[in-house]
Amino acid sequence: MKTKKFKEPLTNTQLLMTITICIFIGMYLLAMGILGGGFLHAQQIFDMLNDNASLIIVSLGLTIVMIGGGIDISVGAVTSLTVMSCVLYLNRGGSVVGSILLAIAIGLAFGIVQGLLISYLEIQPFIVTLAGMFFARGFTTILSVDPQKVDHAGFEVLRKAKLEIPWLGYYAGNGNLVPARIELGVFVALLCFVLVFILLKFLKLGRAFYAIGGNQTSALMLGINVKFTRFISYLICGVLSGISGFVFTMHTGAGNATNAAGMEMNAIASSIIGGTLLTGGVGNPIGTFFGALTLTTIKKIVVSSGLNDPWWQSITTGGMLCFFILLQSVVLSKRSKKKK
Amino acid sequence: MKTNSKKLFAGGLGQLTIPLIAIALLVIFNLIRDPSFFSINLSQNNDGNIVLAGNLISIINGASELAILAMGMTLVTAACGGQDISVGAAAAIAGDVFIKVIKAGSVINAGIVILAFLSACLVAMIFGAFNGILVAVFRIQPMIATLILYTCGRSIAYWINGGATPNVKSSILSGIGSFIPGIPIPTPVLIVALMAIIFKLLFRFTSLELLTQSVGINESAAKLNGINTTFIKILSFVILGVCVCVAGIIGTSRLGLINHETLLLDVEMDAILAVAIGGNSLGGGKFKISGSIIGAYVIQMLTTTLYAMKVSSTDVKAYKAIVIILLVVIGSPVVKKKFDKLVRQRISLKKNDSKGAAQA
Repeated sequence: MKTKKFKEPLTNTQLLMTITICIFIGMYLLAMGILGGGFLHAQQIFDMLNDNASLIIVSLGLTIVMIGGGIDISVGAVTSLTVMSCVLYLNRGGSVVGSILLAIAIGLAFGIVQGLLISYLEIQPFIVTLAGMFFARGFTTILSVDPQKVDHAGFEVLRKAKLEIPWLGYYAGNGNLVPARIELGVFVALLCFVLVFILLKFLKLGRAFYAIGGNQTSALMLGINVKFTRFISYLICGVLSGISGFVFTMHTGAGNATNAAGMEMNAIASSIIGGTLLTGGVGNPIGTFFGALTLTTIKKIVVSSGLNDPWWQSITTGGMLCFFILLQSVVLSKRSKKKK
Repeated sequence: MKTNSKKLFAGGLGQLTIPLIAIALLVIFNLIRDPSFFSINLSQNNDGNIVLAGNLISIINGASELAILAMGMTLVTAACGGQDISVGAAAAIAGDVFIKVIKAGSVINAGIVILAFLSACLVAMIFGAFNGILVAVFRIQPMIATLILYTCGRSIAYWINGGATPNVKSSILSGIGSFIPGIPIPTPVLIVALMAIIFKLLFRFTSLELLTQSVGINESAAKLNGINTTFIKILSFVILGVCVCVAGIIGTSRLGLINHETLLLDVEMDAILAVAIGGNSLGGGKFKISGSIIGAYVIQMLTTTLYAMKVSSTDVKAYKAIVIILLVVIGSPVVKKKFDKLVRQRISLKKNDSKGAAQA
């Protein structure tokens, strides 16, 4: 794929990603034009980032796994477990650094166990990660059924840390300037994004993910250690889920058994909207990033249009998903016909 | 020919080994823990019927919806090499349509219940066909295609009854959901048996099983052999739609009300799990519906056992996960191969021994 770069117009990955970005920008411009209001302020975008930093991180991990031809549906549950563990640890007098390490360790543990079972014992990834999801959700409630609030001075400082940009702010109704705020979690998400991008684009390991997802047998013949590569993909996904849990804690500041409910499906949807195929070998972190934003924008637009019933949100999300999936299917089948 | 049939038999038995071992272990575990766990007694329920009661009955009864869904899910898995994750949401839609039609009539009689069942069935089949068309015509991965309905299904169910959770009091519904007067066996169990018989007859008198397997094993080869693969795939989803409808109606009738938020919540994961525990490959191809049904009972027995051990309902998932992992590790291809090798070595050693003994 890479050696032919000079003549190939656009790879499938790039095409699907471009479509997503165009639709996202078009949709946002439309919302600005028709709905106006909040969409005209820069804060709207930052809010979307603030609220969805953990979703973006989780989706990035899932994208790696999906590029490798697998699936991980435990990500939301691991996030939830991490949130609860971090909150309890902090409330028992733990340190902030300790809680970061704890978050990464939980993610790493899930990644290692699931990766080992999937790649070395050849068990179907769906079942393994389903069990992982059950375990994480169940363990979260074993830790605590009641919602827990963080009560830790050091963590509060971290939680309140925000980048304020006055010139991007807006004047509120009472005439006060409200500066644009970006939470710390967004920077973590961006850092993860850059790292994943570099990994997938420039590192040998990242290219190996594409290879094993595209065609496992050829990858094996190319001398790629398929099992190890697959193992690493789940490991990275696990660690990112752990980090996402910490970011989630920073955003909400509370642990709850129902935290991040349904996040795995949102993350899968983000990856798909971003042009990752579940069959493997196709995908891009940039697409995933915009996929997550598109998903949020749809929800924001529905809410701003005055359709406040919660069921409108999921119906429009379902509709948009249907649209994107059909579009991808049609575009890809047209392209493959052209090639023939 | 003879070796062929022998191989087939060995393969079939091998597939059911793991779920049967799991059931046996659970039974033994329960008997050690509490010898009276499986005792069955006749008792009188609230309606004054003499009915069977006991843990065993509640396990078999409780797994009914799951078993029915697992049957349909097996077919979809075999034909498409993927799973339908929208069954819970679709069951909520079917249940809502069922109640809506029943509520529309002034009196509740057998006719209107049948009409309600047929309309719910039709709706579920349409949604099944929608999923099937996405999968078969547009060539979208089943899990992704059904993610759409998973996302918005319960909202559609909400919309059908305007967000209310209407309840219906009727002897016919309680007959479907719990007991028919005079018959001590829970009706859902009878419905499962009926569905299993229908599937058995379907496979006996049509070539559906063979066609589904050939589509699942090698789609292009099946196509070259003149099989309409698109039709088979859509058909599998439509059949799952019927199963979803039946499961949804059982679930609705049990409570006598429809709650679109909680009806068969998270059942899709359990149904897929039942298929996998039953030894069916989630990648499609060969399948055994009996395996999936046993898988469903394994899951339910596990859950009931955990409840009996006073594990709280929210914590059950964690323990369930551990058992599931153990089961799939035992059933994983790598472990199986190692085990087969070990057994074969033993057998050949024995043969050599006996040969040596004979020579001596």
